[in-house]
Amino acid sequence: MQNKSIAQMAAELRLRTYSSVELTQHYLERIARLDPRLNSFISVARESALAAAARADQAIARGVAGPLAGIPIAHKDIFCTKGLKTSCGSRMLDNFVAPYDATVVERLAAAGAIVLGKTNMDEFAMGSSNETSFYGPVKNPWDAARVPGGSSGGSAAAVAARLCAAATGTDTGGSIRQPAALCGITGLKPTYGRCSRWGMIAFASSLDQAGVLARSAADAACLLDEMAGFDPRDSTSADVEVPDYVDALDDEIAGLRIGLPKEYFGAGLDDRVAASVQDAIKEYERLGATVQEISLPNSPLSVPVYYVVAPAECSSNLARFDGVRYGHRCAEPRDLEDLYQRSRAEGFGTEVQRRIMIGTYVLSAGYYDAYYLKAQRIRQLIAGDFARAFEQVDVIMGPTTPTTAFPLGAKTDDPVAMYLNDIYTIATNLAGLPGISIPIAPVAGLPVGLQIIGNAFQEARLLNVAHRYQHVTHWHQQAPTGFE
Amino acid sequence: MQWETVIGLEIHTQLATQSKIFSGAATRFGAAPNTQACAIDLGLPGVLPVLNQEAVRLAVRFGKAIGATIAPRSVFARKNYFYPDLPKGYQISQYELPIVGEGWVEIVLDDGTLKSVGVTRAHLEEDAGKSLHDASLRGGGYTGIDLNRAGTPLLEIVSEPDLRSAQEAVAYARKIHQLVRWIGISDGNMQEGSFRVDANVSVRPLGQTTFGTRAEIKNINSFRFLERAIQFEVERQIDVLESGGTVVQETRLYDAERDETRSMRSKEEANDYRYFPDPDLLPVELDVAFIVDAVADLPELPDSLRERFHVQYGLTEYDASQLSMTRELAQYFEAVAQASGEPKLAANWVSGELSAALNRSELEITESPVSAAMLAGLIHRIQDGTISGKLAKQVFEAMWHGEGDADSIIMDRGLRQITDSSALEAIIDGIITANPEQVEQYRAGKEKVLGFFVGQTMKASQGKANPQEVNRLLLEKLAPR
Amino acid sequence: MSLDASDVEKIAHLARLAIAPEAVEHYAEDLSRILDLVAQMDAVETKGVEPMAHPLHMSQRLRADRVTEQDQRELFQENAPLTEDGLYLVPKVID
Ligand SMILES: [Mg+2]
Ligand SMILES: [Zn+2]
Repeated sequence: MQNKSIAQMAAELRLRTYSSVELTQHYLERIARLDPRLNSFISVARESALAAAARADQAIARGVAGPLAGIPIAHKDIFCTKGLKTSCGSRMLDNFVAPYDATVVERLAAAGAIVLGKTNMDEFAMGSSNETSFYGPVKNPWDAARVPGGSSGGSAAAVAARLCAAATGTDTGGSIRQPAALCGITGLKPTYGRCSRWGMIAFASSLDQAGVLARSAADAACLLDEMAGFDPRDSTSADVEVPDYVDALDDEIAGLRIGLPKEYFGAGLDDRVAASVQDAIKEYERLGATVQEISLPNSPLSVPVYYVVAPAECSSNLARFDGVRYGHRCAEPRDLEDLYQRSRAEGFGTEVQRRIMIGTYVLSAGYYDAYYLKAQRIRQLIAGDFARAFEQVDVIMGPTTPTTAFPLGAKTDDPVAMYLNDIYTIATNLAGLPGISIPIAPVAGLPVGLQIIGNAFQEARLLNVAHRYQHVTHWHQQAPTGFE
Repeated sequence: MQWETVIGLEIHTQLATQSKIFSGAATRFGAAPNTQACAIDLGLPGVLPVLNQEAVRLAVRFGKAIGATIAPRSVFARKNYFYPDLPKGYQISQYELPIVGEGWVEIVLDDGTLKSVGVTRAHLEEDAGKSLHDASLRGGGYTGIDLNRAGTPLLEIVSEPDLRSAQEAVAYARKIHQLVRWIGISDGNMQEGSFRVDANVSVRPLGQTTFGTRAEIKNINSFRFLERAIQFEVERQIDVLESGGTVVQETRLYDAERDETRSMRSKEEANDYRYFPDPDLLPVELDVAFIVDAVADLPELPDSLRERFHVQYGLTEYDASQLSMTRELAQYFEAVAQASGEPKLAANWVSGELSAALNRSELEITESPVSAAMLAGLIHRIQDGTISGKLAKQVFEAMWHGEGDADSIIMDRGLRQITDSSALEAIIDGIITANPEQVEQYRAGKEKVLGFFVGQTMKASQGKANPQEVNRLLLEKLAPR
Repeated sequence: MSLDASDVEKIAHLARLAIAPEAVEHYAEDLSRILDLVAQMDAVETKGVEPMAHPLHMSQRLRADRVTEQDQRELFQENAPLTEDGLYLVPKVID
């Protein structure tokens, strides 16, 4: 059951082959049985999920069901869910029950999707391994000794382990694509502004974007169809027409011009990962695509630029967590300063505090120009590289990550080594472009992701390109042992 | 040593919108604590700001009213600092690219001369909440935070350091106050905090061109306090300098009870606001149509109106500026002047009798029980000699108390002047006959006795006799035969 | 670029984070390493390049001035650590 596509499930629910309550119970049972091995959920919303499933069944019976009616999904715990704990993976919000739904949550609910629970994540989405979560690390379903990637690691692991049909995630520097790659699933980060950020707890506002983690591009398209679109509550949401992503899946890709940035195939890339990526690209050539080398000369600077811009924005975004209106408050504060300093030091983990401090520093008097403004200028150059590339090619392809999933604890003592994991994904966030990671031939039993980057608002093209590959390959259907 | 005072003001005026600058919560004054603070105002996780068009429109009106350029592209920035009345840990304001650029206003100095004061910029920002230091909260030791005010739209108007005395500073603040109300962008209510002034004050030896170190006096909410605060601060700085000390750049608070300013050290430490463009808000780009539309109904501005009153109606500069204090007053005056055709009489009545009555009853001009048309009616009757100036005051009183218009009151009370000579002659003849002794005295050259006869005549006519006519008849009848 | 303990203390204070004295040194090392990474930016000539604050090249949309939010104090204050009479409480603030 859990291996069926969303389209198939939706069809069978409509045929009453099984009910949404049955489907939901099936997933809840899998979560109860299997998630202790993974720790991919922070909270499971059993009661509300079953109630919603019953409503979905009624809606289906009455013929008024939305496109995702009865499909059980999970939300990254960064999305506010009314009446459900929304922790953002942090002790700071361990006691926070959101008083409203994020737009993405609202839209998926309106389409009939069932929320099984909230998935684990790096604290405030800051991390690439899911080890910074207050709720403990998530394990990679392919190898429990390895990380699932981050920050949407809970969503990636849960989808890979078939604990939900699909899940939402957010991507600030690779947080959907990187865990999707490491867990062997499909992860789409849409164009900045494509999905509303309302109710999505902000990490770095100019980079954050909501997206999907799913088992296939087709499944991702089903969710994106519902999530995408203008939201008057988000000033940075784009008022750009939303195409039908499912409709575009089977479009012809013969003649597709693929650009391979030479900077994405240099030192630091695992040879075996490189070989797998090259194989996937050969498959595209067989499908009629043409390949050319391109250059994104400033892309090696994307990590340094990101570690100025993202912390700067986060230092300000996380200032609201002060122990006054919600969230963790220290015991017996001596005075106001003590209330702030201890509530924040106790509520935030080490990585979050590191980034807040870096961000505070780069914005502070005397450093703003040298760090923040400089980073923004290079950001402009990085965006310019992409603009030039897309004059020559339709999509850009390369590895999503330099290596397969690394062992838990391998990089926790070295923030810089951890940051370099996102070397291929960060530039797209800086430029605001969409990117997708799809599973390709694994290396030593561990998943490998192919990243496909498109021009702004070209999600339909990305899903189409990904889907045509998945049409002729089976990598996306592989399930980790024990979770089939 | 001779010292020169240098003052620049930063004025925060609340813009007259229904909803907040970045949220749909109401801005109404006086709601129960935190009942007008929505998720956005509270800075809940995941919320986002959306800019209120009306706040932008009102800022544009102000810019046009001070002859400033409106930025075709302006940017919101975050000003980061921790304070309990600042829920997000930053204030959304404008820093490098404010919506209103350089402009100027004219103030009238004590000696009647005009002075132009530069406005450096005006920018949009959100207000913070309110801290309540109520000793009874949880038995003491706590400050209560009410965020109803958080997110209220403010226009911060920053002047050039062009002001040279407390009096000039007050004149400038009054001018801005007049202007924001005039163009309808703020109610200017100082008690409710809709108009607050920060004063940057420094002194320097007369003739020195560089500025001295300044102190910033925060949040002054009355013109009187503004004057006293600056006066105190100037004296304090001069004392410090003359006794060999140095002025520290700091924020100070004016304590009205003690009439002094004092340092706010607690807010002073580590003043590093780390401004950067707010990534939740895109640049505000205004096209010409928006600007034209925003100022389409901008009224004639007070300076131009004052000048016009002076020239067109022949009012003194003083009267002209008094009558253009608020737009409503000016409109009222102009209506009376035009309906009566007697601008000077109109000016006297509006700034005299009417203003006094309004003050006594604590009414605004718009609430006056005597309409402009009614007052013009009264002036007509003075002008055509129907009633004397003295009786007119009675009529005004009666109009004020709702007894009708001037004509009906004059009719009902029989106040019409007696100008009919035969009726007056009969009265005067009677008085002359009854007072032979005084007639003798007058005729013997004691001219002062004329006053006695005038008084008697007026009394006998119950004040209705036309004084000129009385005089003329008495002189004629008392003349030595 | 390397930060020392006093830099970290200053930054931590600006950010209102109580850093344990024994952790200051560690943070100084970590932050310095991150700043070393960031220092790669210095190699790039950016003269005349317009800073890019945002990936969306659009302008701010304006909202109609309408009151759309009703009082939800009770709901919002369910998450509040300490309130009284509708007020959020903090330790006494001295101006
Ligand atoms: Mg200011
Ligand atoms: Zn201000």
